[in-house]
Amino acid sequence: MSAPLLSISGLTRRFGGLVAVDGVALEVRPGEIVGLLGPNGSGKTTVLNLISGALKSDAGSIRLRGRPLEKLPAFKIAREGVARTFQLVRVLGSMTCKENVIAGLAFGAKSRWGKEADLAAQELLARVGLAERADVMTSELTYIDQKRLELARALAMQPELLLLDEWLAGLNPTELQVGIELIHSLRAEGRTILMVEHVMDAIRSLCDRCYVMNAGKKIADGTPKDVLADPEVIRAYLGDADA
Amino acid sequence: MSVRNLAILAALAAGVVLLAFVPSVTNGYQLSLAINIMSYTVLATAWTLFSGPTRYVSLATVAFFGIGAYTVAVLGEELAWPLVLLIAFVIGFGLSLLVGLSTLRLSGVYFVIFTFGLAELVRQLVTWYEVNVTRTLGRYVFVDITTAQIYWQLLALAVIVLLSGWLIQRSKLGLALRVIGDDEAVARHVGINTTMAKVVLFAFSASFMTLAGAIMAPRWTYIDPAIAFNPVVSFQVLIMALLGGVHRLYGPIFGVIPLVMLFEILLAKFPNHFSILVGIAFLLIVYAIPRGIVGLIEGAQLSLSRKGAKA
Repeated sequence: MSAPLLSISGLTRRFGGLVAVDGVALEVRPGEIVGLLGPNGSGKTTVLNLISGALKSDAGSIRLRGRPLEKLPAFKIAREGVARTFQLVRVLGSMTCKENVIAGLAFGAKSRWGKEADLAAQELLARVGLAERADVMTSELTYIDQKRLELARALAMQPELLLLDEWLAGLNPTELQVGIELIHSLRAEGRTILMVEHVMDAIRSLCDRCYVMNAGKKIADGTPKDVLADPEVIRAYLGDADA
Repeated sequence: MSVRNLAILAALAAGVVLLAFVPSVTNGYQLSLAINIMSYTVLATAWTLFSGPTRYVSLATVAFFGIGAYTVAVLGEELAWPLVLLIAFVIGFGLSLLVGLSTLRLSGVYFVIFTFGLAELVRQLVTWYEVNVTRTLGRYVFVDITTAQIYWQLLALAVIVLLSGWLIQRSKLGLALRVIGDDEAVARHVGINTTMAKVVLFAFSASFMTLAGAIMAPRWTYIDPAIAFNPVVSFQVLIMALLGGVHRLYGPIFGVIPLVMLFEILLAKFPNHFSILVGIAFLLIVYAIPRGIVGLIEGAQLSLSRKGAKA
């Protein structure tokens, strides 16, 4: 088994009296797609925010290739090789699609600029199916196209670890198929992904392994098939059988 | 460089050369009006350099402008003029770095209030120093500089500000600031050192304002803190930039020219109601043309070309 790309242990974050993330440990190995599941409010997005540096942890360690991330500001974590999408899609509203992708290309560890960035941006837009829309303002995009654009911007950073926060949420069934295929094609490129997701079809077909959280704690891990059959996971989602 | 860009560049250079002849074809009053326009062009463009892309609204313009003026009032007679300007620039840069590092973590309305407070604080500090240490509130500025020379210096500074703005826009720093203006969280997550980008640009913008104040100082012969740190200047610069349009570097110029004229007329005809009329102008501009004159023109062009495409 290869050394983990990302390893987290004892990760804790409190909001006032609420312990949103409570001693969570997890690992992601190179080339894996790992799912992070759990009912609403269980702390999944907070974990992603702690990894990407949007929030600071109160305790615990986050290591990428053994290098500690937990003390770094978000922009340095991005340069270390972590890219993300946001739960509520965040595209840059005053710019064209191409400029959005260039924003992802220009400031990373492997910064690209000028003609080189132009070409790379065009390629990335084609990669997510937005080749025709390079010069369109992002405000004119549909919801799924905004999600595609956000993914292209994250890929532009050539991340070692890609964090997807409910990237498939809010898509209609046809769009969902397209979305799942897109993530599938990322796996073929050997990318490493940690994804927070609610869409069970996507989890079954995409994830190698899953972690399930409830009330800030990890309650299960394993293959999607196993964790989704785990009685405690079912209880977390649906409540007790006799309730 | 394309032929079109070359043509634009040549036209601009010709324009600057023509503007350099203004002192020889104008009378005293017209030249002082031209100096006002040039000075506000520098201030509003320098303001837009930082506040345009980042959308951080600063009311500290006059703090830096006044510091420039005071640098001249204190050192103008002691040192050679270029050295005085250099010192003004360095003071402006250093102070704005300090201010930037301590405030640019604030955003939105907190930043606006802080910058306004900063300008007042500087004014009060200078007043305190003058009253308690030098024991005279005002200072005389005796420097051997003609009105025409002031005009030429401002023209040169305006060219420098526009040129550096143009270079910044094409650079990674320019893109970084636009990303910050759109969404600061995204900016951090694509690897932009947001604090650094904001502070560096704030410092450049502020140093240009300081230089403008230094160049303008000899216009007054007498200055005191109320003149040099008049908060109305900060607001006027803000209205001019907004009227012109802050999403283009050259936008503010379209606001500076009509408003300098307007303020000139208001000050001459209604000196007692000046503030209230400026306030009304401010409201009308923000309400009626939020994207500025340049925004209006671009909007009209866009709808025309769309009609053309349909026809």
